[in-house]
Amino acid sequence: MRTVWTIAKRELNSFFDSLMAYVMLLLFLGFSGLFTWLIGSDIFMVGQASLRTFFSVAYWTLFFFIPALTMGMIAQENNTGTIELLLTKPVTDRQLVLGKFTASLLLVVISLAFTLPYVVTVASIGNLDQGAVFGGYLGLVLLSAVYISIGIYASSLTSNQIVAFLTALFIGIFFQIVFDMLATTLSGFFGELFHYLSLTTHFESMSRGVIDTKDLIYFASLIVLFLKLAEDSLAKRNL
Amino acid sequence: MDIKVENITKSYGPQKAVDGISFHVKTGEILGFLGPNGAGKTTTMKMLTNYLLPEEGNIFIGGKSLIEEADELKKHIGYLPENNPLYQEMPVIDYLQFCAEIQQIPGDSIPGRIREMVRVCGLNQEKHKKIGELSKGYRQRVGLAQAMIHDPEILILDEPTTGLDPNQIVEIRKLIRELGREKTVILSTHIMQEVEATCDRILIINKGEIVADGTADSLARQVQGQELLRVRIEDGDPNEIFKALQQLPTVEMVDFVERDHNRFEIQSKAGMNSNREVFRLATRKGWVITEMIPLETKLEDIFRELTMN
Repeated sequence: MRTVWTIAKRELNSFFDSLMAYVMLLLFLGFSGLFTWLIGSDIFMVGQASLRTFFSVAYWTLFFFIPALTMGMIAQENNTGTIELLLTKPVTDRQLVLGKFTASLLLVVISLAFTLPYVVTVASIGNLDQGAVFGGYLGLVLLSAVYISIGIYASSLTSNQIVAFLTALFIGIFFQIVFDMLATTLSGFFGELFHYLSLTTHFESMSRGVIDTKDLIYFASLIVLFLKLAEDSLAKRNL
Repeated sequence: MDIKVENITKSYGPQKAVDGISFHVKTGEILGFLGPNGAGKTTTMKMLTNYLLPEEGNIFIGGKSLIEEADELKKHIGYLPENNPLYQEMPVIDYLQFCAEIQQIPGDSIPGRIREMVRVCGLNQEKHKKIGELSKGYRQRVGLAQAMIHDPEILILDEPTTGLDPNQIVEIRKLIRELGREKTVILSTHIMQEVEATCDRILIINKGEIVADGTADSLARQVQGQELLRVRIEDGDPNEIFKALQQLPTVEMVDFVERDHNRFEIQSKAGMNSNREVFRLATRKGWVITEMIPLETKLEDIFRELTMN
C-alpha cells in the first residue's frame, strides 16, 4: 500500500512539475465552464436549476482528456527505460499499475472538485436535485476511473505516447458511443448486450440520481478488467 | 548473500540470448562479467534482478529462489541498469528520496541515507539540480547512488564507469572495491583494466554461453598453458647460445627475436620453468643476461582468444 502511494505521489508531483496538471485543469474547467454557462444549450437556455448540461459536457471532455493524461504513464517509462529501474526495486507489476491509477484518479478528482462552485451557484438559483448531483459526480468519477484504466492499459502496450493516446481513444470510443449505437440498431439478445456494455447507459442513469448496484458492478468490472490487462501486458516486458 | 545461477536460458524469438548459464558468486566476491556486445551480459543481469524471468533454470540468492520469493529478495539487490535510465525531470534529492521510500527504508533513517549517498558519490554540488541538467558523469553517480541507497547486500552494475572521467573512474573503482569487502558485486564491462583493477573473479561469456571462469591469473594460465620467456644474452655467439638454450632439459622451443641483439624467446615445456636453467647456463658459459622478461598473456589476448569465433 505504501509502495502504491509512493509511486502515485511521484506521478502527481511530475504532473504538477511538468505543467501537465495545470494545462489539464485549465482546459477541463475552461471547456466545461464555457459550455455549462455560456455557449450552446447552457443552463440559462435550459432554464432549469440542474447540472445536466455540465455532466454531459464533462462526460465528453473527460473522454478526450484522460487518454492525454494517461498516455505517458507507462509508455514513457518504457521509452526511457525507467520501467526497468522501477520493477527491479521491491515493486510488483500490480503496485506499479495501481500507483499510476491512483495518481490519475486523484488528479481527475481534484479537477472535479474545482467545479463544486457550479453546484453552489446553481443551488442558489433554484431547487437543485441533490441526489442527481451526487449521482452525476459519482458517475463522472467512475467513468474517469474506467477511462484511466483503459488509458493505462493502452500506455502499457507501447513505448510511444501518441500510439498510447490513440489506442486509448479507440478502445474508449466503443464504450462511449459505438456500443450505444449498436444497441439501438440491433434488437434481441445483442441489442440487450450492447445496451449493457455501453457506458452511456450506466452514466445516464446515475446522473439522474439512480445509483444501482448493477451500474456499480459494471464500472468496477471494467476498471478491474483493464487494470488486470495492463498488469499482464507489463508482465510480458515488451519494450 | 551468495548468488547461485543454475542453468538459466532466455531467448528473444528464435535467438537464444542466454543459453544454459550456471555460476556461483560467493558473498564478498566481486565478479567481472565480460563479453563482446550481444553476448548476453545484459540479459543475464536483467534476470538476476528479476526484471526478466528465465525460461529455464533458476537463480538462488542466499539460498532462496528468486523466482518464488522475488519481492523479498529484491530488497537486497541494488541495480544499475545499462544506459542508466533516470527520471530526467526530477531533482537529484527528490529522486533519491523516492528511491529510498520505494526501497521501504524506515522514514526516520531516510535523510541520513541520502546524505551518505550524496557524500559517497560526490553529489553535493549538484543535489538540487534536475537530473536532466546533469552531465553524463554526474548522472552515472546518481545511478550508483540509487543502487546503493538501501545498503543492499548484492550490487549488480551494468557498465558502471561509462561516461566517467579518469579521476572519477578511479574513485568509483575504489568505491566498488570497498563495497566488495562485505557485499556481493557483479559488474559487467568491456574495459579490461577495469576487471583487472576491481574484480576477484572473471566470467567471460560469448553467444550466451560461459567460455571462461576464473581469476585473471588462472585464465591466463588456462589459455597460455606454457611459460614464455624473452631473454637477451650478451657476450656470446648468437648461434652458440641458441643451440645451448635448446639443449636445456626444461626448454621446448627457442626462437630468435632479434639475432643482432641476441634476443630469444624461450618456450618451456608444459608445467616447467626455465629461468633458473637459463641463468645457470649463462654463468657456466660466462654470458651475461641483460634482459629476462616473462611474457604474460594479457586479459585482452585471452578475451580475443575466447570470443573471436
